[in-house]
Amino acid sequence: MSGSVPMKAKHQRMALVIVALIAIVAAGLIATWALRNQANYFYLPEQIAAEPPAVGQAVRLGGMVQPGSLETEADGVTVAFVVTGNEASSVPVRYSGILPDLFVEGSGVVAEGSLQADGTFLATNLLAKHDENYVPKELEGLEGHRAADSVAETTVGLD
Amino acid sequence: MIAEIGLASLWLAAALAVLQMLSGALALRASNGERSSLAVYARPAAVVQAGLATLAFLMLLYAFAITDLSIKLVASHSHSLKPFLYKLTGTWGNHEGSMLLWVAVLALSGGLLAAAEKRLPERTMHATLAVQGFVALGFYAFLLLSSNPFERLPVPAAEGVGLNPLLQDIGLALHPPTLYIGYVGLSVAFSLAMGALITRQVTPEFARVMRPWVLGAWVFLTLGITAGSYWAYYELGWGGWWFWDPVENASLMPWLAATALLHSVSVLAARDALRTWTIMLGVLAFSMSMLGTFLVRSGVLTSVHAFAVDPERGTFILILLALYIGGALTIFAFRASSVAEGKRFAATSREGALVFNNVMLSAILAIVLLGTLYPLLTEAFDVRVSVGPPYFNPVGAIFAIPMFLVMAVGPLLRWKSDKPDRIKQELAIIGAILVSITVLVAVLGTYGLLPVLGLALAAALAVAAFLPLRGRKLSRVPTAVWGMVLAHFGVAVALFGMASESAFTQEKLAAMSAGDSTSVGEWSITLDSVDPVAGPNWTALEARVSASRGGEPMRLSPQARNFWAPSQATSEAALLTRWDGQLYAVIGDTAGETADGTQRWQIRVWWKPFVTFIWYGGLLIGLGGVLAIIGRVRSDMRRRIATRLGDARRAELEQLEAAKTAENA
Repeated sequence: MSGSVPMKAKHQRMALVIVALIAIVAAGLIATWALRNQANYFYLPEQIAAEPPAVGQAVRLGGMVQPGSLETEADGVTVAFVVTGNEASSVPVRYSGILPDLFVEGSGVVAEGSLQADGTFLATNLLAKHDENYVPKELEGLEGHRAADSVAETTVGLD
Repeated sequence: MIAEIGLASLWLAAALAVLQMLSGALALRASNGERSSLAVYARPAAVVQAGLATLAFLMLLYAFAITDLSIKLVASHSHSLKPFLYKLTGTWGNHEGSMLLWVAVLALSGGLLAAAEKRLPERTMHATLAVQGFVALGFYAFLLLSSNPFERLPVPAAEGVGLNPLLQDIGLALHPPTLYIGYVGLSVAFSLAMGALITRQVTPEFARVMRPWVLGAWVFLTLGITAGSYWAYYELGWGGWWFWDPVENASLMPWLAATALLHSVSVLAARDALRTWTIMLGVLAFSMSMLGTFLVRSGVLTSVHAFAVDPERGTFILILLALYIGGALTIFAFRASSVAEGKRFAATSREGALVFNNVMLSAILAIVLLGTLYPLLTEAFDVRVSVGPPYFNPVGAIFAIPMFLVMAVGPLLRWKSDKPDRIKQELAIIGAILVSITVLVAVLGTYGLLPVLGLALAAALAVAAFLPLRGRKLSRVPTAVWGMVLAHFGVAVALFGMASESAFTQEKLAAMSAGDSTSVGEWSITLDSVDPVAGPNWTALEARVSASRGGEPMRLSPQARNFWAPSQATSEAALLTRWDGQLYAVIGDTAGETADGTQRWQIRVWWKPFVTFIWYGGLLIGLGGVLAIIGRVRSDMRRRIATRLGDARRAELEQLEAAKTAENA
């Protein structure tokens, strides 16, 4: 033990604590700052209508798939559908890819992608999510079109 | 009968946990020299408890094996027609069963500690066992009061509900038990840290006792995370290997804390420095495994509403969490100042590098923690926030990149104090690799900043991992050092896999009818046919796909499965593994018909160069940990044998002396 130089030993301990604290606080600050930016990452259709994100900016769009709006295009892999929100606003979405198993008209969906200049949302990924450990019960139990107010419930925990 | 035996053993085990706790605490209170009559029970209580908790788990396992539908848990999570293996693994594929596994592993490791550990001072051992008993008691209470796995149904069910098809996979057999052993190993490390803190015995000897537990827990966590990642990768059919999902983060956070703890406990053992720091990390690591259990087990993640539906369980774990962590921090606050500071060291020394990386690991941990909890917090205020890779990847990298750089250099430094001049040459090699790979990759193609840096760091780390062996006779390098070299090399390999996956992956989605061809990367893909197939509890559409790049065509058979108990659709990806990557194929929905009326199907194919290196790296890291344990335990045995021989020799000499003096007299 460094009993012979107690002052200096104490000094080093203090220095360590301070360095660690600074790093952790820095991490916390950076994280908080970045997380506040993430708040602008998730959009509902009415938010897209009110203050649209920049064209091309990567965002997530959450809402209900409007019944009757799902169409497969001629290439067999591109689908187009309309996502509705709590209000009358709706966003047309185009997606090329395999639809998630739980994706049906009238269910909640979270689309990752970006808004195009013509006002359609080009999705790169659809999360009507089943996950490795939990399948959201809210999604399983959904029957048909249960008004847009269930958006909040069906998309909770998806993101 | 089975359920009753199981339940009775659980109650008995809980009672023994009380005895263990009291006995340990009383032994501690008794003043030195004088022994409390209760003190002798702490060790046996822990050992018998281990037996009882294991018995309870075996009973549940048996109930699942024979599908005893009079037990509520079996009826709601199993099915008589399920394949036998999944009947067994289904035991821990649900909340109650997995908590019982948790508790059984906890009791087993407590028993092992009590039976096998003789190096610690008796007082520290008693304090440790008391803490261990306290921790175990909380979980027995949780099981018995709020999630009894042995509850009977008033009328036996006619048929079980079945297991979530996503969980009907060999992954479930491996992934949760390994993770739980890791979590629980950290609880032993926590008890040891508390015991040492209570008796103020934070010494290198204590660190040597704690090290195998930390290493063991860390190895299991590493393997558990690796297995879980691969499982998610092939089972979910999305082609991704890490989703920054809260459940994944719940296992990553204890791993980060354990990695920091493992390095700091080594410093304590080798150099008698970082005493309070090690204790603090011990508390942190266990807090994170508790938090992980809380996040996964309370249902708070699926939705805050699910939490409200069953508030009892979430609240219970939250109270346990507060009790353990609050208690630990209180003891820490009172005792930390009385633990003398250990040996000092310069900033440029191996300790300095280790401390730096400890801090970086803690910072990454803070970032993951905040990112995981933030959506839960805002959700409470009805604001939905999505936190995903755009947050975790760049923000984590701010701290991960300096950490990798220091990790390359740290093992080359000497203990206590060193001059950077001494390792000029090595620094030059590492720097040259970093710069040349960055430039090379940046020139060859346009990739993201992070993958490019990842590739460069991976190459530098891979070389740096072996530099500590330079100039040493390989046959004389200790096993533990080989462990370090291997584990650090594993990090480089995993990093290489991650960076190449995100930089070079190629993807193709096509609507194909039988006979059509397409291509991805160098591979040409042909859909031969799509046929219906059936399994024990599912039916499926199976695509027969042949893939080739020049040579013989290979066959892939991705399936779209429909399970009927419970009714659910899953997608079974088909993988073709080559040394330089994996071909990953998925079949989706029908894609309508062509003009002449032939049926078309959506086929999605990825070529992921070197993606397998992610998991090879994970395995290497785990293997490195195993080597370190073997090396440490062996040298510890050798040291003990040497001391014993020395003692015997000394006693013999004394006897001779005594005999001589007697002769002279």
